Amino acid sequence: MDSENKPDGDGIVLTEAQKKRRRERSIAIAWALGVLVLLFFAVTFIKGPGVLVRPM
Amino acid sequence: MNVRGARDAPRTQQAGCVVSVVDQKAVELPPRISEASVADYFALLKPRVMSLVIFTALVGLMIAPGHVHPVLGFISILCIAVGAGASGALNMALEGDIDVLMSRTANRPIPRGRITRGEAMGFGLTLSFFSVMTLGALVNWYAGGLLAFTIFFYVVIYTMGLKRRTAQNIVIGGAAGALPPVVAWAAATGSLSMEPLLLFLIIFFWTPPHFWALALFRSDDYARAGVPMLPVVAGPDATRLQILLYTIVLVAIAAAPWPLGYFDWVYGVTSLILGAGMLVLAIQVYRHRTGSQALRATRRLFAFSILYLFALFAVLLLDVVAKALAPLIW
Repeated sequence: MDSENKPDGDGIVLTEAQKKRRRERSIAIAWALGVLVLLFFAVTFIKGPGVLVRPM
Repeated sequence: MNVRGARDAPRTQQAGCVVSVVDQKAVELPPRISEASVADYFALLKPRVMSLVIFTALVGLMIAPGHVHPVLGFISILCIAVGAGASGALNMALEGDIDVLMSRTANRPIPRGRITRGEAMGFGLTLSFFSVMTLGALVNWYAGGLLAFTIFFYVVIYTMGLKRRTAQNIVIGGAAGALPPVVAWAAATGSLSMEPLLLFLIIFFWTPPHFWALALFRSDDYARAGVPMLPVVAGPDATRLQILLYTIVLVAIAAAPWPLGYFDWVYGVTSLILGAGMLVLAIQVYRHRTGSQALRATRRLFAFSILYLFALFAVLLLDVVAKALAPLIW
């Protein structure tokens, strides 16, 4: 564990590298969720409002 | 604040009473801060395996009868790809202890300490859930169920059950890798028929010669990790014989759809030519058992087997595209 990660009174302090990586991971998750929303949105146009009503 | 090292700490017996050493050895550590990059997580998806899954699934989708809306087709392939990636992440989470022992896998994110096994497990389970539910909800539940079964088979049956127990691990486990075109066909039609099962059989019988060729020139790796691959358990000569026998069966099964009338003559002739190549290389592997010739023969078979499967499926894909374009051209 990096000495820069030692907690102080304000909690854990992240290094710049850790902040950068966390930000990149957050952006990737946001993109993935955005694509998921778009896919569901697009399929409602293709299949209509009964998109989730289907035979097993 | 985390207290690590306490959970697995041993207990000692002193003067008839159990004394925990936890109190003496517990060390307070700051929480682990992940430095994993997006690329590390992407590596967990086994992108090279995923590319073959995407391609075989695409063929399964394209040769299916009837019209598939392009968006639904895209969603199907995406979900199958993500499901395959999720299986890869779960596989790596469960095999972190042996990956670190093998040169082929030592650079994966878990052995390198970039990602913990718990993080990989969470990542894999999340992707599994979303890929199955999205395929089920947006395309059909038949395909979603098959995708869930594929992930289950790869992770539970192959990784947890077979991999460390039997030399037949990749024979039975190969079923998981053979299912993507079946899932794609189910996504397109909502049912199953002979054609996707033939594709399944081709990949199923392709898997042993492909992986045993790899295992022949990586047998030291597998032996060090204690994985009972066939060359480690039965020896290289027995493996060479098995490779030849499975290749004969593979070539016959790959050609069968032509005389049976499922795929046309273009596919049939291609499969026979490629099959002849596989057979020649398998015979070379069988004949050359020592020295650099033996190593070269196994590497050639391994490399050609990838081309073989790719070309076989590419012909099916090109056939569909050609038939779709023919009315526009003539």
